[in-house]
Amino acid sequence: MPIQILMPALSPTMTEGKLARWLKAEGDKIKSGDVLAEIETDKATMEMEAADDGILGRILVQGGSEGVKVNTPIGLILAEGEDKSALEAVAAPVAAKAPAEPVPVPVPVPAVVSPAPAAPQPQQKAYTGPTKRQTVREALRDAMAEEMRCDPNVFLMGEEVGQYQGAYKVSQGLLDEFGPKRVIDTPITEMGFAGLGVGAAFGGLRPIVEFMTFNFSMQAIDQIVNSASKTLYMSGGQQTCPIVFRGPNGAASRVAAQHSQCYASWYAHCPGMKVVAPWSGMDAKGLLKSAIRDPNPVIFLENEMMYGQSFDVPEDADFTLPIGLARIERAGGDVTITAFSRMVGVALEAAEALAKEGIEAEVINLLSLRPLDSAAIIESVKKTNRLVTVEEGWPFAGIGAEIAALVMDQAFDWLDAPVNRVTGEDVPMPYAANLEKLALPDVPKIVAAAKAVCYRGQK
Amino acid sequence: MATAKSTSSKGASKSPSTDLLKLYRDMLLIRRFEEKAGQLYGMGLIGGFCHLYIGQEAVVVGLTAATRPGDSFITSYRDHGHMLAAGMDPKGVMAELTGRVGGYSKGKGGSMHMFSREKGFFGGHGIVAAQVPLGTGLAFGHKYREDQGVCLCFLGDGAVNQGQVYESFNMAALWKLPVIYVIENNRYGMGTSVERASASSTELHRRGDAYGIPGIAVDGMNVLEVEKAGRKWIAHAREGKGPVVLEMKTYRYRGHSMSDPAKYRTKEEVSKVRAEHDPIDTLAKLILDGKAASEDQLKEIDREVKEICTNASDFAQASPLPEAKELFTDILVGI
Repeated sequence: MPIQILMPALSPTMTEGKLARWLKAEGDKIKSGDVLAEIETDKATMEMEAADDGILGRILVQGGSEGVKVNTPIGLILAEGEDKSALEAVAAPVAAKAPAEPVPVPVPVPAVVSPAPAAPQPQQKAYTGPTKRQTVREALRDAMAEEMRCDPNVFLMGEEVGQYQGAYKVSQGLLDEFGPKRVIDTPITEMGFAGLGVGAAFGGLRPIVEFMTFNFSMQAIDQIVNSASKTLYMSGGQQTCPIVFRGPNGAASRVAAQHSQCYASWYAHCPGMKVVAPWSGMDAKGLLKSAIRDPNPVIFLENEMMYGQSFDVPEDADFTLPIGLARIERAGGDVTITAFSRMVGVALEAAEALAKEGIEAEVINLLSLRPLDSAAIIESVKKTNRLVTVEEGWPFAGIGAEIAALVMDQAFDWLDAPVNRVTGEDVPMPYAANLEKLALPDVPKIVAAAKAVCYRGQK
Repeated sequence: MATAKSTSSKGASKSPSTDLLKLYRDMLLIRRFEEKAGQLYGMGLIGGFCHLYIGQEAVVVGLTAATRPGDSFITSYRDHGHMLAAGMDPKGVMAELTGRVGGYSKGKGGSMHMFSREKGFFGGHGIVAAQVPLGTGLAFGHKYREDQGVCLCFLGDGAVNQGQVYESFNMAALWKLPVIYVIENNRYGMGTSVERASASSTELHRRGDAYGIPGIAVDGMNVLEVEKAGRKWIAHAREGKGPVVLEMKTYRYRGHSMSDPAKYRTKEEVSKVRAEHDPIDTLAKLILDGKAASEDQLKEIDREVKEICTNASDFAQASPLPEAKELFTDILVGI
């Protein structure tokens, strides 16, 4: 049976083209890879190569023909041992098999980008075991040490994590306990060591990659987004990437624009990873342990201003906080305030100030930004009918914008006022002390926003 | 499965004639597979980008012959040859090219994104040079676990000007990681010749000099030269002596991708390389001249390889499209 030569598509969008000229004549011997003809598209003239060996038995479409549809048979190749009589056997040339049509099954696309409608979810369970007073810094260190004791595949790498004991002393003592094989000082080379960490995770290790601050993670963002978070999907579920990227995020104090940025919205935008942001010492320890055990890439956003603050932290080595659940830090019936990281403390202060004015605010510590505990937010809004979101990051396409969309989608009829967002101002962070203060959310701004949604007093 | 007919396990055979025939077969499999892929692309069965490896077969086949089980491989988007050389099933690779559920990534990765942990193949990466830190991390893992493995990290002459390559060189040399950086210098990064892109363009193997990394230029069109260099320098890395840069001087016959009209080089240039340096023809001549096998034996291999590719093509067209529900799977483990 002679082999059909089909008019090729030379680009994904080509549907027809000109068969400019044949470079082989009927009767010519053809070897796989030989140039058979020149094809003109609207963009270029390209050569068409043979994919089979044999003899060009017949030309079906002559050189110079315009508007030849892709997949039209343009010639016939006789295989070794076939004679010309075989050509006659090809009655009506059959075009190439068309690709199987897409299965006409409706795609289960969620109605909106927001997570599925709020189903009642378990709240974070209250911990009742023994605690000790320690700083967030110490809680983070203990979380890493405990997980490194349990799993030899866990290691820590980053700038100054070893001999220097951490730029912010988070890794204090780890080098002494685990040695330089597992506590690795890297050169200043974020893209390099972030990518190296991802490769190590592909190979089965469980790296904790510390960015001295998340500002520097922008040097590595291709490895975080393209390599770490998309590979599971691109591999059809084969290639996992259990890795934690952690470090201080957001504004510190007087370090100006390039060192004072919140990456919550940047990373939470991307499918394929989890993004968490602890506030207290308990959050820090419980979430970091979960992040290290998680089989997925986790972005772990700390805050430098919180490192030195002390909390009661669970001592139980089995204590973890599940990723994806928020916690109500303060119950109230008049207005819901969502916050994460350092802003939880600021929101709690604002709630106390509001209480003095007779407004009881419910403060939700989000803890996880992706996945977002939409159930907790919706449930609270259905109770208070009012929502203020708080974040250090910029307003445009921020976490508050996402929560506002979520609430509009799932609790529109329960809202008694438009959602009010308190965010960092839409400017690069200034250095001057007074301007820096103006750029960030604070207690008066949150109080004013809460009063506004309650239609109380000034704004 | 196509790979079951391999005449020996990776580099284990002692009979030179067997080795030569295996090298011939493995190169021919890539050549025929890529020609078939080009054909399916022409029929509209493969979409998007499709970067063929035709002309460069000796590089991956020669180096793979010098590895042993447990070694790892990672490369960029011109990756079909690497997958076949690693022993991945041609049916699964071709079905991924056609975006079908029988593909290695269930049709969700495409030409540039396939993986087989079983075969030690870690992709298939679409961002130029991103695989270099990743491969360095795989080597870090070999050293951390003390499993004696070596990572072969392939990159093109276009990738050598990305900064992350040197971030990787530095760490690999600093920590003596078992990694071979294989620069496949096929002379063109897309349409830009290496002379127009790289200072000291004739010496890409010296790009690791500043880090004390040994750099060797190899005739990448001669599979025996490639294998020889591979054996020597993979052993070097395996012994804990640190990374190596192997520059493979090679050539791609086809365009950068399928829709490349190749205005940046002459037809004569391509024809000359094909006529004088084709890695498969060169080896075939050596085999016949040395009477390592007869013409009939080579023809038998041709037939076997052709059948494998036809079967892969049939499978890739018969395999169904992924179900719509696959849109939302494999985003996170456990979800």
